[in-house]
Amino acid sequence: MASMTGSVDINHVTLTYRSAGGGVLALRDTSLNVPRGEFAAVVGPSGCGKSSLMKIVTGLVPPDSGDIVIFGDRVRGPVKIAGMAFQNPNLLPWRKVIDNVLLPLEIVEPHRRKFRRERQHYRDEAEALLKTVGLDGFSQRFPWELSGGMQQRVSLCRALIHQPALLMLDEPFAALDAFTREELWCVLRDLWQKLGFTVILVTHDLREAAFLADNIHVMSARPGHIVMTKTVDLPRPRDLDICFEPHFTAIVHELRAKIAEVRKP
Amino acid sequence: MSSTLEKLSPWLFTLGIFVLWELVCRIFKVDTFVLPAPSQIFQAVGQYWLPLAKNAFVTLWTTLAGFALAVAFGIVLGIIVGWSRTIYRGLYPVMIGFNSIPKVAVVPILIIWFGIGIVPAVLTAFLISFFPIVVNVATGLASMEPELEDVLRALGAKKLDIMLKVGIPRTQPYLFGSLKVAITLAFVGAVMSETIGANSGLGHLMVQAGSNFQMPLVFACLLGLAVEGIVMYAVFAYVEAYFTGWAFRSSMSAAA
Repeated sequence: MASMTGSVDINHVTLTYRSAGGGVLALRDTSLNVPRGEFAAVVGPSGCGKSSLMKIVTGLVPPDSGDIVIFGDRVRGPVKIAGMAFQNPNLLPWRKVIDNVLLPLEIVEPHRRKFRRERQHYRDEAEALLKTVGLDGFSQRFPWELSGGMQQRVSLCRALIHQPALLMLDEPFAALDAFTREELWCVLRDLWQKLGFTVILVTHDLREAAFLADNIHVMSARPGHIVMTKTVDLPRPRDLDICFEPHFTAIVHELRAKIAEVRKP
Repeated sequence: MSSTLEKLSPWLFTLGIFVLWELVCRIFKVDTFVLPAPSQIFQAVGQYWLPLAKNAFVTLWTTLAGFALAVAFGIVLGIIVGWSRTIYRGLYPVMIGFNSIPKVAVVPILIIWFGIGIVPAVLTAFLISFFPIVVNVATGLASMEPELEDVLRALGAKKLDIMLKVGIPRTQPYLFGSLKVAITLAFVGAVMSETIGANSGLGHLMVQAGSNFQMPLVFACLLGLAVEGIVMYAVFAYVEAYFTGWAFRSSMSAAA
């Protein structure tokens, strides 16, 4: 990591997907700034290019124009300092929970080189991380033996095992039931407060964004760009009860109104 | 009670078919030359068990040799085809074309090349059975979840890493599923080649018995083929369940 300061900067990025029927403009002149250690949420109507934003920031897809700078380094390819989690936990069914969590360490340097030698050390780390998300004693289970919420916790652990400075989440809780979702909000909140990474959370759940984020960026319909940034000035640490306070509701209403506005053709 | 019945039902049905067959032959006094009764067939099995066993063994090992070639070649080609979309698109029509050629038309060519013997049988078994293996391995690789690939690529994984950590393990249920199909195809290929030109094997014995008008022996050969086919299928069904149990319990059971 280059320095302890800096931020994730997306500068005037444009992205076109080439498909059989011509190009689809996914992002148009999108700019976004997320200071180190901040929890940022990106919300918007479906199909607004939120997932494209994920791919651009992690360097999986190069933008047509504009650039991305993460903590001082310009993104030129896959960034390696990012962890990712998606709506689908995407766990490998032939690996036990612990081996799923350890997967990134078998790939990312410098862990990859040391993985065989320091296996026990890494296993201990993975066990500790699983314990933090409430999966103590589940490390030897297979993913199919776990509920959806538990699988998503494992997916979070896998995203965090290599201690990334940046966590990219693409609607990670969208497929869960309401109670499990709120449980996982708290899991993510605690992980973030404990480990201090930077988060970019893409979601269409406004309450989720308001509960977790420091800043919420609203994207327009395709081609996507940021139309509003809302600072959530709720005190931390936040408790789930905060979701029922008038100020919280006011923030959600404001976001909702803005999205309704940008959804109009 | 009902579970015992369920376990016994394959045996009961098989037995039932033989009993029915026997009855039809006796009631309608069917000529042995047209359709021998099971009793006559089993009598032939008893009488000719040594040549039957010898030739069955030849068929078994030619099938397995061709099948082994098909597995090795099929996995390698499947990985190559599944590796990139360009190769997939380029090779697929060629493979479909090749697979559409009736292998029975190829056997005479193989006999001209390699002479009468077991080599054409092994090669026919191979040619007829590698296709499902290639298709299944390639499909397993090509249908990998793009998001999972993103997770790994974002960590700096090379294509080879992704293949070794995810692609190839996740292809296992597809591969083992295809082995069940391929082994029976290999068997068909070997026997087909033996009937056209060979000097041993059940197919060869069957043709010889036919030209000597020994119909019970012809049917005894067929019976031997059926038994061998069932046993080989069962072995690979077991291998599949043993190695890829996870695929049948998880949501990712696309091969099932």
